[in-house]
Parts: sequence; C-alpha cells; structure tokens
Amino acid sequence: MAGKTLYDKLWDSHLVHQDEDGTSLIYIDRHLVHEVTSPQAFEGLRLAGRKPWRNRSIVANPDHNTPTQNWDKGIEDPVSRLQVETLDKNIKEFGSLVYFPFKDKNQGIIHVIGPEHGTTLPGMTVVCGDSHTSTHGAFGALAHGIGTSEVEHVMATQTLIAKKSKNMLVKVTGRLGIGITAKDVALAIIGVTGTAGGTGYAIEFAGDVIGDLSMEGRMTICNMAIEAGARAGIMAPDEKTAAYLKGRQYAPKADQWEQAVAYWNTLHSDADAQFDAVIELNGADIQPQVTWGTSPEQVLPIGATVPNPANEKDATKRTSIENALKYMGLSANTPITEIKLDKVFIGSCTNSRIEDLRAAAAVAKGKKVASSIDVAMVVPGSGIVKRQAEEEGLDKIFIDAGFEWREPGCSMCLAMNADRLSAGERCASTSNRNFEGRQGPGGRTHLVSPAMAAAAAIAGHFVDVRNV
Amino acid sequence: MKAFTQLTGLACPLDRANVDTDAIIPKQFLKSIKRTGFGPYLFDEWRYTNYGEPDMDCTTRPLNKDFVLNQVRYQGAQVLLARDNFGCGSSREHAPWAIEDFGFRVIIAPSFADIFFNNCFKNGILPIVASAGIVDQLFKECEAAEGYALNVDLASQTVTMPSGQSFGFEINATSKHNLLNGLDEIGLTLLHTDKIKAFENQHKQTQPWLFA
Ligand code: SF4
Repeated sequence: MAGKTLYDKLWDSHLVHQDEDGTSLIYIDRHLVHEVTSPQAFEGLRLAGRKPWRNRSIVANPDHNTPTQNWDKGIEDPVSRLQVETLDKNIKEFGSLVYFPFKDKNQGIIHVIGPEHGTTLPGMTVVCGDSHTSTHGAFGALAHGIGTSEVEHVMATQTLIAKKSKNMLVKVTGRLGIGITAKDVALAIIGVTGTAGGTGYAIEFAGDVIGDLSMEGRMTICNMAIEAGARAGIMAPDEKTAAYLKGRQYAPKADQWEQAVAYWNTLHSDADAQFDAVIELNGADIQPQVTWGTSPEQVLPIGATVPNPANEKDATKRTSIENALKYMGLSANTPITEIKLDKVFIGSCTNSRIEDLRAAAAVAKGKKVASSIDVAMVVPGSGIVKRQAEEEGLDKIFIDAGFEWREPGCSMCLAMNADRLSAGERCASTSNRNFEGRQGPGGRTHLVSPAMAAAAAIAGHFVDVRNV
Repeated sequence: MKAFTQLTGLACPLDRANVDTDAIIPKQFLKSIKRTGFGPYLFDEWRYTNYGEPDMDCTTRPLNKDFVLNQVRYQGAQVLLARDNFGCGSSREHAPWAIEDFGFRVIIAPSFADIFFNNCFKNGILPIVASAGIVDQLFKECEAAEGYALNVDLASQTVTMPSGQSFGFEINATSKHNLLNGLDEIGLTLLHTDKIKAFENQHKQTQPWLFA
C-alpha cells in the first residue's frame, strides 16, 4: 500500500464519521471568526437555543470593516459599525479563547493574528468564514474557508461536513534569485496552474524553495492557494515552524512541547505517497511577477509586455484577454514597466507581516514616493506587526519616503472600509485578488510583492526591483 | 429548525411566474447582520410604494394596495400558491429566511428553481411541486372563496382542499425525515454527538496541547 500524503494524514486524524457516499464529518480544532460572515451563524445558534460546542476553539477579531486611520473617531459608517459591535456582543455572549475588539493593541487581520499567538498549530484543522483561511496551511494545518451556514455548523457541532479532496503536489525546486520573494513564487505558481487548476485538490507545497522560506513567506504562498482554485494549501512543518511557534502564548508548553514537536515531525508526506497531480517549477526561473489583468492567473514577469489578443488563437481566451485589457485600460504589447500607477497598497493577509514590511522599507529607505502617486499606504497586518515595525524604525522610513502609515486591518484589500480605489484608478497592491471592482468599483489592481510595490511607488510605474 | 408535520393554513395566490430571489428579498437587505427579521421586507418592491432600506420601520410605509399580500383577506396566510420557476436567480438564503419569517410554511408551485428549493428545506419550509392543472385549480378556488385554507400533511404526503378533494406530492426520504423531525444539518450531525465526543476525548489524549 502506498504511503500517505500530508493531507491524507491530516484528514484521517480528524475523521469522526463517514457515510457510504464519502460524505464525512471532520473534527475542527480551531475556528477563526470575523465580523462579516458570523452574525447569522450566532443568530442561528441563539434561535435554536444552542451553544458553541467548544468556545475555546474560537479566535475572533473584527478586521474587514475597521478603519485604518482616525481611530479616535470610531467607525463612522453605521452599517460597518453595527457589524463590528455585533461581533463584540456575540463573543461576549458565547465566549471565545481569544478576542481582540476594535482598537485592541493586538487586533489585526484574522489570518495574521492567529499564527502570532500560537493559535494555529501543525496538525490542526482550522476553519474560518473566509476563503483565505488557506494561509494557516503554512504550519502543516488543514485549513480552509467555509460559508456562514458552515460557521454555525462548526460552532454547534465542532465538526464540518466535508468530502475529501484529491492530492496535488506543487514542488518548487532549486533556489530563488536575489530580490525574488514568496509572492513572486505564489503568482508564478498560479500562472502555471491557472485559477481553476487546483479545484478539487488540496495542494501541498514542497521543494527546496519552500524549505528556504521563512514562515511569513510560507504563509504568503498558502494564502494564495485559494487563488489557484484549491480550498487548502499545506506545507510540512519543520524546525522553522517549531522555532516560530516556541514561546507563543497558545503554543504547547513545558513537557507538552517535546511531545508536540515529536508528533509534528510525523506530519509530512511519506516518500512513497501518491499524488493525483504533480506540478514542478524551478525557483531559479522565477522573475518578479506583476498581474496585468483581472484574474490572478493573468500574470507576467516584470520584463514582459502586456499580451496581444490577436496572437491568441483560442476564441474564449482571446475574449477574456480583450475584456481584461479593456477593464484595465491597457493596450496590447505595452511593456509592464511602462504601466503608471495612481495608488500603492502594501498590506492584506497575503503581505502585511513584518518580513513584508522590512522588504518594502528596504526599497523605500532614503527615497521619495513619486509625485504622480496619489496615495501610497502601508497597512500592517496586526497591532503586533505594527509595534515591531515601529521598534525597527520602519514606520519612519515609510513616512519619510511619503507613505501613509496606517492602523492594522483588511483595508484596501477588499475596500469594505473607507480605503478604496475610485473608478479608473490604478493600484500596485500586495493583496491577493485583482478581480473587477475588488478594490473599489472600476478600480484597477495589479498584484505584486511588497518590494515591487515599494519600488513602483518610488518610480511611479512598475520597475524591476532587482535593478533598484 | 422548526419541524413540519401538518398544518391547515390560509392560502395566498401570488400569480406571477419566474419570481426571482431579488424580488423575494431585494439586495440592500443583505447587509443585515441577522437571519431573522426579513419578513417585513418580503417582496419589498411589490409590497410598498417607497424604496425600502434595511432597518426601516415598515408599519408606516405606504402600501401597494393592489399587491396580493396586502389584501385583508390574505392576512395570516401560511400557504403560498405560486407559479412556474419560483425562486430563480441569486442563491441568497435570505429569500427563504424572509418567506419563513413572514409566516409561510408551505409553497405550492408547478416548479421551483433548484437552489431555492433546497434552501427551503434548510429553513423549515415545505415546497410542494404540483401539476400545472392542480395549481390552476387552487388559484381559481382560492380567489373565489375568502378564507380558503388547505390542509397539508407531510407524513401522508397529501394536500386536502376545503371540498375534501386531495392530491399527493413527492418528497425525497431524507428531506421528509429531516422536516418531520425538525432536523437541520446541525440537528443531524448532533445525532452523532456520542461519536464526536468519543473522538474529542481521544484527540485530547493524543494532542492535549490543542485543548489549551
Ligand atoms: S486581507 Fe483581504 S483577503 Fe485577507 S481576510 Fe482581509 S479582506 Fe480577506
């Protein structure tokens, strides 16, 4: 019998019940909760007279609606404010392990704060009413997004009704060149798989490039697994994983630590494990990536030119290129480096961790944001990231260069708060989705790494960060 | 979820085909943080002559007197008579939430949109597919006689008209069982409570640090 994949191990170790047709109940260890997708779930519990099965599995925090400046004014939009206050009330009534209300010093994007406090651990199942829950797979956890009905189901039963996915291995071999980051790897992978390539799969990321990445970088890649169509992206835990977790508030303590690490060391795909699909990339080939269209798969290396639909023989693809160019206000064959920008956004659960801010600050240091750039903002992923950056003086570097230094939150990643693009505005963004209207109706988003975003802010257009 | 066994309820005829979920509950109400309270906004654009907003007090809003739900004789109706393709369009679960909150427990139509049909069962509503001929007859009788009430019995899968005439309907065994017993997916999963608890205890033994 073939060995097991990491995904198989995580699945098997959480399987509570399986029906004949494969419909299964899997036990959920960690439930992350934010204000947008939880109110009806809590309301459902209340109406049915139910309680959370294990409220200490819940880690909660408002992030989508919270403003990133003028915190003294509170949340001005009444609808947003009500959602946030509702979360406060629900957590007060039903309980949780961790709750950081709006303005708490540790508040931040839910996918940033979970790992920061050691509430995401290898071997766990993690869910959240949010598709980018895949982020937590970087720790060797089976983590994926769920809908509001499922949020309620998990709260009430501590289980999720699920069907097992297929196994895909994405192996990134070799070494990354200088100036190439996890974000470039993630975008390059999606360039190969396409946005539907991972549909129906759990993707395991492996290879020397993944092993060489920091935990922050690994989270960036797993975060974008969903953009490749996979609900879950996972990576085997190693010494870096353990080193990151050691001493964090909810990480195993004392004698349990050794026991936990010993268990975590078993969490890897067996040498003879079979994958249903395998994709291999050579890290040395990966260039700085920039998306030019309205889907993360419409991505190119910095040295490329925007595609010409006339060269595309497939009619459906040709139309999608034409539509994307039209929405993005680009003409065929334009060099990526000639694309001028109006705004720059460094933040989101993809790229708002300390390492991301360091990379951006290294580029921005001693330089000035181009006068043609309307706003360049840096939004740390959490209060902890913000304080750490300030201790390192990164905030000064950004402010001196002309960036705005904001309070933590989702911000312009999805423009549910006041941070958004106006119609026709073009933005270099370190977030994860460049869909039409994502950062504001009519807004045009180009996805890049933090270093590339900072370099673009200074030049006013995209540049190859390796030449800066 | 509320169980559904049987009811004798006033019928209300909504004589339009292709009623979509945006008509059932317009998009501005999706901002709500609740799953309840959508009843006053059910069919908002048809029921009122002004534009509805979330949290509006509907008791003072100008009513469209021609709309069937506003007619005195249909107040308190629990059975909605509808036409073809009821519930088409967006998959919003707010649509069955609004219908249930308003007080309907049964919808009888010649056909339903797929997702809406499934969403009904999750929310304690019984959607009944009847032949176009029977639906026509129900519409005619209902409009002709004030106080027209139908008896709907899920166990025997029959609907009985005031005349005593009755017709049967189809329903799959699982949906029937869940509705009769008031079991939603959560209710069903909770039937496995012992298994979940046993799993949890074992999990606690092997990975105690997960239960900090
Ligand atoms: S940062 Fe963006 S992608 Fe991440 S949770 Fe917030 S809105 Fe979603």
